[in-house]
Amino acid sequence: MKKRFFEDFRPGMTMRFGPRLVTREEILGFAAEFDSQPMHLDEEAGRQSLLGGLAGSGWHTASLMMRMLVDGLLAETCMLGMSEVEEMRWLSPLRPESRIAVALQVLDTTALEGHPAAGLVKIRCDVTDQFDTPVMGLTGALKIGRRAAAS
Amino acid sequence: MSAFEDLSPGSRLAIGSHHFSAENIRSFAQRFDPQPCHLDEAAAARSPFGALRASDWHVAVAWMPLLVAYRAQLVARARARGDAEPLFGPSPGVADLKWFGPVLAGDTVTYTSEVTGLRRSARRPGWSLLTLHTVGVNQRGETVISFINTIFASDRGATA
Repeated sequence: MKKRFFEDFRPGMTMRFGPRLVTREEILGFAAEFDSQPMHLDEEAGRQSLLGGLAGSGWHTASLMMRMLVDGLLAETCMLGMSEVEEMRWLSPLRPESRIAVALQVLDTTALEGHPAAGLVKIRCDVTDQFDTPVMGLTGALKIGRRAAAS
Repeated sequence: MSAFEDLSPGSRLAIGSHHFSAENIRSFAQRFDPQPCHLDEAAAARSPFGALRASDWHVAVAWMPLLVAYRAQLVARARARGDAEPLFGPSPGVADLKWFGPVLAGDTVTYTSEVTGLRRSARRPGWSLLTLHTVGVNQRGETVISFINTIFASDRGATA
């Protein structure tokens, strides 16, 4: 039974998820499967790259952010899918053994054209590590079902 | 001739295709997007889509290994021409990432990335910023995803 619907989101709401440890094995595993660039797989190659050391794929940070959002919020929400990501910036490298946290802010809620059973929840997510260094920032919109449509 | 021979603005790069099998959809979703619509085939069969739906993030991430493989071909082509090899660095980010419709178990998405910009980085000597506009189309010709991203690239060869 979903507990949270479009109507439950209000501009200005904030939520925080994590911290979550990101191990070296996870970073290497994700890179081997999805983003096998040397800077994501090898310490020395990482040092010689613009990242200045072994660092996880930016897509890994994005995927982990989604996991943290699902665990902390979306599993209980009538989530219909991502609508768009206006901007996603990788701000500093995801280092092995980082503890990342996600700060989510609801920016706006709007109707979804031609889709009376759902609405758009525009969010800002800031992913930081244990030193509060910004790792990733994202502005996007989630498609969330309306309560009336579910009853 | 240069390391960036194949990356001039306007070039359309046929990055490749990814087949989203039910097993592949579940494998990504279990780790990064464990919502029932991506995991539970019986529930998905009863949903309006009638099949397991890939995580939106999976549809984006699936482009990346194809890009890495495609770039290896660009490096090999530059080597064959006798040019310096293009070197690729990290990406500062993505913009205008949009999902247009579901990707279901059994679908194949073909990604094409058009070079929309290639300019020298003001902050990183020796590096340029490559801008790609990527579109993913399913086997029925329907666009399912599009996004723009920038990638650091160097034409100074593998030792840059």
